[in-house]
Amino acid sequence: MLDLDIGKIQGDFHLDVTFSANGGVTALFGPSGSGKTSVAQMVAGLSKPDRGRIEIAGRVLYDAAKGINLPPEKRGLGYVFQEGRLFPHLSVRKNLQYGQKTAPIGPFDDVVAMLGIEALLDRFPKTLSGGEKQRVAIGRALLADPRILIMDEPLAALDESRKAEVLPYLIKLVNRSSIPILYVSHSMDEVIALADTLVLLEQGRQVAVGSVEDLLARPDLRPLTGRLDAGAVITATIARHDDEHTSTWLDFSGGRLVIGYTPIAVGETVRLRVQAKDVSISLDPPPQRISIRNVIQATIIAIAPAETNLVDVTLNSNGTVLWSQISRQSVAELGLVPGLSVWAMVKAVTLGRDFIG
Amino acid sequence: MSFLTPLEIEAIRLSLLVSIWAVVGSLPFGIGCAWLLARVNFPGKVLFDGLIHLPLVLPPVVVGYVLLVTLGRRGPVGAWLYEWLGITLAFNWKGAAIASAVIAFPLLVRATRLSIEAVDPGLEQASRTLGYGPIKTFFHVTLPLMMPGLLAGIVLSFARSLSEFGATITFVSSIPGETRTLPLALYALTQVPDGEDAAFHLCVISVVLALGALISADLLAKWMARRA
Repeated sequence: MLDLDIGKIQGDFHLDVTFSANGGVTALFGPSGSGKTSVAQMVAGLSKPDRGRIEIAGRVLYDAAKGINLPPEKRGLGYVFQEGRLFPHLSVRKNLQYGQKTAPIGPFDDVVAMLGIEALLDRFPKTLSGGEKQRVAIGRALLADPRILIMDEPLAALDESRKAEVLPYLIKLVNRSSIPILYVSHSMDEVIALADTLVLLEQGRQVAVGSVEDLLARPDLRPLTGRLDAGAVITATIARHDDEHTSTWLDFSGGRLVIGYTPIAVGETVRLRVQAKDVSISLDPPPQRISIRNVIQATIIAIAPAETNLVDVTLNSNGTVLWSQISRQSVAELGLVPGLSVWAMVKAVTLGRDFIG
Repeated sequence: MSFLTPLEIEAIRLSLLVSIWAVVGSLPFGIGCAWLLARVNFPGKVLFDGLIHLPLVLPPVVVGYVLLVTLGRRGPVGAWLYEWLGITLAFNWKGAAIASAVIAFPLLVRATRLSIEAVDPGLEQASRTLGYGPIKTFFHVTLPLMMPGLLAGIVLSFARSLSEFGATITFVSSIPGETRTLPLALYALTQVPDGEDAAFHLCVISVVLALGALISADLLAKWMARRA
């Protein structure tokens, strides 16, 4: 859908990026100064590359060789800025209607309902909280019926509680959107929660492109993918909540998981992170009486040495990759080898809560 | 209206006519120049800026004389205007409006430029990504947001036009009923014996007019601020 091959030289900064984003959410991830916002602005036509080509759904937006450079208003994309950039002289309703056509997820009322901004329509931007502003900004971009939605660090300017307020709406949006989304972020939590494809940038250079699951599983990228400990990412669907709002059940390819109550609607897709050090391996089926609530059947794919006395065991649970970090001695004593069927015991408390919000 | 003589009414009418046309006529150019200065970098910008501000520092008589030489019936521009369009500017109220417009222009541009610079270009970018071209964006985002500053510029240049004297008398002379605006009428009265009472009367009228313009602009700005 989005094909991009661009370069720009600005003083000492050399930007060189080539990737394709096919549907779903593509995250541009990197530390500040890595050029991720520059890439987003070049796609939107807000700044101009020196060389290359940008194409969305077969339509050329920029081609240096052919001298094509469509202005932003002709590119047919939605852009959500870090600071919202709502028009201060217009009401929320007028802001939403500013570029209105038919939104990719439905008419005006549907978009307003999805973002939970019904009560804000007659207010003015200066009376809104940061989180409310961002939700309105997302609605405004969606209602312009874009072919692609670009979000430039939409949560970066918000404090933690506001982030937690907006993120569930983003997850909803991501699950319903029929258009590709380019998501710029320097927060791995957001990337894991939202993105399918990850483009890793460092000082204008594209280090790696691939699925979020694959890239996070690569030890060589760990310095870039960040502070989080080694672990796997699981895509799951909210199955049900208990009546007391203490637990939430999720389905994934390897079975069912339970985590602390998470206020996301049943049926929505979420991503969870399971840290390798929180996964233990058992050769026997789990005992009936055990404090660990999540036990998953899996097959060992690979065993690789990690730090000093530790070993990374890669597991496959019906298509979902899990990691377990256990001691060298355990591997030897249990006789673990690739191909062996085992039980992975996952501590429920470590599942996703903090980054789903 | 018994306290206003026909002469005074004539002077007020002329002053308002000249000043309103001076502001209305120069407004598009003023906004254009202000926008260029605020948002575009081009070679010779410093010189352009200087030229626009020149009437602010030049003696108005110099401005009037330059207008007379260029726009007068035998001036290069004036002759062309007369020959091709049948327009004469010298010695009539249109010329007075042009003289006022030129003198007040720097004030209009200055205030307008500040008001444009106060508008976040990020909002214009947002408008562009929502499908609005540069011109539509200007009218839907930039112009409404610069309104308070623009209004200040309009009032300032209107007040300056009302008080214009030097350039007007040099370019279009002081013809009763045609170019004799309030300040010119006042000056004429000071040149005749027994004119003091009438001159004082005109002084009061000038103060009332200027004050009225300032207060109504203030009220308008407050009303707009409340609406936003």
